[in-house]
Amino acid sequence: MATNQQVVGRVGVAPRQSSGVWRDAFGRLRKNRLALLGLFGILFLAFIGIFGPMITPWPYYAQDTAAVTANGFKPIPPFTSAAHILGTDQLGQDMLSRLLDCARISLTVAIVVQFVVIGIGVPIGAIAGWYSGSRIDNGLMRFTDVMYAFPDLLLIILFSVAFRETAFGQALNGLLLVFVAIGLVSWVTVARLVRGQFLSLKETEFVEAAQAIGVSDRNIIMKHLLPNGISPIIVAITLGIPAAILAEAALAYIGVGVQPPRASWGSLIAAGQPFIRSYPHLTYMPGILIALALISFTFLGDGLRDALDPKLKGKQ
Amino acid sequence: MISYLARRILWIIPVLFAVSIITFFLMHAVPGGPWDAEKRLPANVQARLNAQYGLDKPLYEQYIQWAGGFVTGDLGPSYRSRDRRVNDIIGDGIAVTFQLGIMAFALSVVVGIPLGIFAALGHNRWPDYLSTSISIIGIATPSFVLAILLIVVFSIGLGWFPTGGWKGPQYWVLPTVALAGFPIAVIARYTRASMLEVTRKDYIRTAQSKGIGGRAVVSRHMIRNALIPVVTILGPIFAFLVTGSFIIETFFGIPGVGRYYVQGIAGRDYGVIMAMTVIFALAVAVLNVVVDVLYAYIDPRIRYS
Repeated sequence: MATNQQVVGRVGVAPRQSSGVWRDAFGRLRKNRLALLGLFGILFLAFIGIFGPMITPWPYYAQDTAAVTANGFKPIPPFTSAAHILGTDQLGQDMLSRLLDCARISLTVAIVVQFVVIGIGVPIGAIAGWYSGSRIDNGLMRFTDVMYAFPDLLLIILFSVAFRETAFGQALNGLLLVFVAIGLVSWVTVARLVRGQFLSLKETEFVEAAQAIGVSDRNIIMKHLLPNGISPIIVAITLGIPAAILAEAALAYIGVGVQPPRASWGSLIAAGQPFIRSYPHLTYMPGILIALALISFTFLGDGLRDALDPKLKGKQ
Repeated sequence: MISYLARRILWIIPVLFAVSIITFFLMHAVPGGPWDAEKRLPANVQARLNAQYGLDKPLYEQYIQWAGGFVTGDLGPSYRSRDRRVNDIIGDGIAVTFQLGIMAFALSVVVGIPLGIFAALGHNRWPDYLSTSISIIGIATPSFVLAILLIVVFSIGLGWFPTGGWKGPQYWVLPTVALAGFPIAVIARYTRASMLEVTRKDYIRTAQSKGIGGRAVVSRHMIRNALIPVVTILGPIFAFLVTGSFIIETFFGIPGVGRYYVQGIAGRDYGVIMAMTVIFALAVAVLNVVVDVLYAYIDPRIRYS
């Protein structure tokens, strides 16, 4: 929240000592138990994502062939071996190490995608909203309509497969492609939101006042409209994170996401599925982590929405 | 209203045109072609196949050819299953995909709306907490994770349902539930919020002060009004079910069109990819129009012009 306060401070709408907009919102957020629970879940996942792979006994790609051979080339169930607390898959890859590495991958995807979304959605929405009614606005909005009509997952899959064998698709084990593919279909909501915000903010007196004293369009957009319209964008971005995690998991599950030896929770589920009868741990453990990530970000996003815009409480 | 409807329907055409063009050129931007199978064909054979299917022509000509076929209902040849037309492939699977989608849609409406009403009527008491917990779990569980849970409990644990296949009603249960989990949660949340909103309205207080009993107010005044906004999310829910069915079909080995799409992309089967993307975009676009019209029909306050 500190950075947000700076933004408000910079445009000269100094927060009152005891109850600035952001301080109020933070106060409301702190009283929301589910949102705090979500925040703790996110901190926990971020912690295991950042530090987990450093402290696990095995690298994510290591195959403990000796242990699997001793087990008759079968996956080792969890809590039976001291060396592999959560067991291994049929190749002897340590589940704990893989789950932690996947946490890193999935969270990175979810967050980087939001930067792509901001990078595309905010400028398009801002331009369309500022020049509303013009040809640019019409063109951009028709374009967003087309993107909106695309069944998202189809486009993501198509895009991922189309560029999979190019250098761009191979970069970072296919991660770069996943960022771009999910980002390219996810910006529409943010663009529409920003446009809507701009349409209403443009008519306010403070913008008129700024225009009257000769502030340039660029400065009005950057310093007056964006900071004032930012709260729904923050909420949309927070709720976009679970959507991106879900999309990434689905991609990885059908095998067009991150490429081996790297894995993500979705690809672990796909890899474990043939063993679901005898070794369900291979599938339910990544499943639990996906659910934890989705619940945490959804709770925080809902809490932020209630906190930033109390009028909307309970809607959507 | 008529002119609004006409504009909305006409707008579908340029959208589909744009969707098909983007898909077409994205697809052809891919290095390689449909003949790069496991066994690589000799160059002269590839050239002959290309000539036979018109793949040696410039892209825009190929697009025009495809679009002309699409308009007349011919979706072109399948490049992987060379003895079959795309029409046959889609004809085989689409009934199954639609059956799954409609069953999941019906289940989510039939379960989601009562769940939301139940939560709102017991606001801040156990029905609310129970229903909210169910919707949180539904929102936070991807369909294939839910599918795993269902299989572990109901197929492996209890042995009630098969783990995959599509041979009769007992095979339908788990895929439908797995696909409907998320929409149930979304509909329940919307219904609950909308009911709570309506409860505070003046006309409810008027009705109650006139002495109309609890149940009559709920059924005649609250639910009717509360369901209006819920209709608006049915369009996006349908779109979700359409794309979501891919994953569930792959998971349960269901012979719908979803599987062919994934295989089609991997095998550069241009005809299958184009046909399915455009058909799904068309289905979603038409349903969005239907939902908007329905919205105006059930809520006389809404007038389109």
